[in-house]
Amino acid sequence: MDFNFSEEQQLLADTVQRFVRDNYSFEARRGILHGPGGWSRDLWKELANLGLTALNVPEEHGGLGNGPVETMLVMNALGEGLVVEPFLAAAVITPVFLTHIGDKSAAEQLLPNIASGERIVILAHQEPLTRGEINHVTTRAEKTSSGYVIDGLKNVIIGGGAADELLVSARTSGQPDGTDGISVFRIDPKAAGVTVKDYGTIDGLRAADIELKKVSVPAAALVGAEGKAFAAIEAAHDQALSALCAEAVGIMKAVNATTLDYTRNRKQFGQPIAKFQVLQHRMADMFLHGEQARSMSYLAAIKSLDADAGERRRALSAAKVIIGQAGRFIGQQAVQLHGGMGMTEELMVSHYFKRLTAIDLTLGDTDFHTQQFIASANAT
Amino acid sequence: MDLNFTPAELAFRDEVRLFLRDQLPVDIAHRVKNGLALRAEDYTRWQKLLYQRGWGAPGWPEPFGGPGWGPVEMHIFDEEAAAAGAPRTIPFGLKMVAPVIMAFGSPAQQQRFLPGIISGEAWWCQGYSEPGAGSDLASLKTRAERQGDHYIVNGQKTWNTLGQYADWIFCLVRTDPNAPKQQQGISFLLIDMKTPGITVRPIITMDGAHEVNEVWFENVKVPVENRIGEENKGWTYAKFLLGHERTNIAGVGASKRELGRLKDIARKETKNGRPLLEDPLFAARVAQVEMELMALEITNLRALSAESEKRAPGPEASILKIKGTEIQQALSELMMYAVGPYALPFERHSVEEGDLASVAGPEYAAPLAATYCNVRKVTIYGGSNEIQRNIISQMILGL
Repeated sequence: MDFNFSEEQQLLADTVQRFVRDNYSFEARRGILHGPGGWSRDLWKELANLGLTALNVPEEHGGLGNGPVETMLVMNALGEGLVVEPFLAAAVITPVFLTHIGDKSAAEQLLPNIASGERIVILAHQEPLTRGEINHVTTRAEKTSSGYVIDGLKNVIIGGGAADELLVSARTSGQPDGTDGISVFRIDPKAAGVTVKDYGTIDGLRAADIELKKVSVPAAALVGAEGKAFAAIEAAHDQALSALCAEAVGIMKAVNATTLDYTRNRKQFGQPIAKFQVLQHRMADMFLHGEQARSMSYLAAIKSLDADAGERRRALSAAKVIIGQAGRFIGQQAVQLHGGMGMTEELMVSHYFKRLTAIDLTLGDTDFHTQQFIASANAT
Repeated sequence: MDLNFTPAELAFRDEVRLFLRDQLPVDIAHRVKNGLALRAEDYTRWQKLLYQRGWGAPGWPEPFGGPGWGPVEMHIFDEEAAAAGAPRTIPFGLKMVAPVIMAFGSPAQQQRFLPGIISGEAWWCQGYSEPGAGSDLASLKTRAERQGDHYIVNGQKTWNTLGQYADWIFCLVRTDPNAPKQQQGISFLLIDMKTPGITVRPIITMDGAHEVNEVWFENVKVPVENRIGEENKGWTYAKFLLGHERTNIAGVGASKRELGRLKDIARKETKNGRPLLEDPLFAARVAQVEMELMALEITNLRALSAESEKRAPGPEASILKIKGTEIQQALSELMMYAVGPYALPFERHSVEEGDLASVAGPEYAAPLAATYCNVRKVTIYGGSNEIQRNIISQMILGL
């Protein structure tokens, strides 16, 4: 049993923290949000220069071949800075998917450019009825003589508008909830029949609804074996859950610190409001939630690679629930303790609050993962 | 980062399991696993078995008879013992007064008192709280006046746990009522419970149990040689003791065992023709506690790991106390609700004597309401959870 990080891991964490300090002041972030596209290609290149886009790419494809613990440390720091570049989507989900799908040529063509930060490739999987059930796919891919024709709607795809290329899941066979029969296709977002509706989200990120109407792709666009993409999607989803939990833990650390700071400085009734016991106990509870969340993030990172699917589900779902609840408590109380200032756009606290809120609604919410947790317990 | 035990730790766990399988008396485990009252004799019997194995005092340094375990071994032992249904350690001798005697007692006091504690021969109890000194312990009033080579003790202690069985009591007493700060006039005395002038009066708690007492002192003569350390320095020793009260404070092992019992009960109970455990609402409530317990287990391991690296168990222990006790209470509540109206029939003597067949309803239901009532105490004792939040805000958050 060991809760320490290696020297390399510590160095990595320091690097990302420095990136955030140097590039993500409140004002700089505001500039990025209001700039073209709502995110910064320049900073993406900077992340690439630091090796972060290569983190989850295997060494044989020009990456670092790191795993969930390194990703956790990176996400902690990106969370603290509320970094809006689509790191989770483009540098965790996509490379993990491509590593697991078992398609040598797609890996060779895509992963080196992902690692170098030159291309942003986004997995468009979620649909309006998904709600955490990653096996739910109704987008259809009909086989033709030369390839496939794809129809369907992918919704709230984080970073979808930034994509140079899309990986779109579609059903080639089976029932809407079957794990078998899901395939993934490489699609150019500018191809005929593809509409990418790019929009901002409440937490300052960008997402897109991607509509596919009779989109024709050649047979070579298929990634991996036909109908067999679920396992790789699940692997990517599991790493994404762990990474998202880590992002939330980073935010919680920052929001707790900023709340402490605010209550120490804000004076009412002739004294700092931090002197009032009712606020002290609230902040003690916020701290407690933050520590429990960190513990679960560790567990999620370690168990996200567990060979036993039941163990994996149990840990990841429990982590998502505990972290969702902690995020809600900490976020809501942080706004409350900042009083009127907590309501404004002018302080980080409201931005932390919004991102924590969004995280619970991403990749399955607290209720969904409670059900998953119960199901995993009954299965074992 | 690695959450797994080392091969050596796993081998140690096997050794502990084997010992528990062979040596833990079946009747005691039955009582623990079913929420029945334990008798004083049960605790003593188990302590003697542990002592014979050389495991009488897991937390003690080797020169005093400890097994030389680190925090991880102690954690494994606590977990396994709880899972097997071993009685909890009565902390007053082993975990509270003994570390104080080791750190601040004279060699003569160490030779006199420690062997009886580790062997289970001597039962110790605590004389800290008073009617006017609970969370504000330093305001205690029990007076000890020096007369030659004795102190004369007068006053009243309360919430004294299991003192009706005790051979000895360790007490905080006021030796200097004129000290400028109330923390400064306190001394730490060891008092033989057979001394004339001591009266133990039961306090019956709402579950009908006799677990706590008032202890009255009327002109009780205590030899000066029974004082620990210096006169008027007792508060220092008391604080030291409170720091040691915190090992195994999270109670993860026991809560895991209780979670298992809750699930067993919820599988036997039915709702709409299905096991209650499959009812979505009830299952979600059970899952909530189980997930919080998973988080607590890791938080506890993180604290242990910091302790192994000689970073002392700090105020983080307050998190373990708060969360651990909240989980204990939640489990007892869910068990009671799981059985519904059959939680209501209550015969104290059945719980005491383990004779459950005479109570209406399923046998597992009989102690549940009493346990629910009993564990309201856990968020109150050992520094109430509100005091723990004060500690977090002052010691960790720096407020």
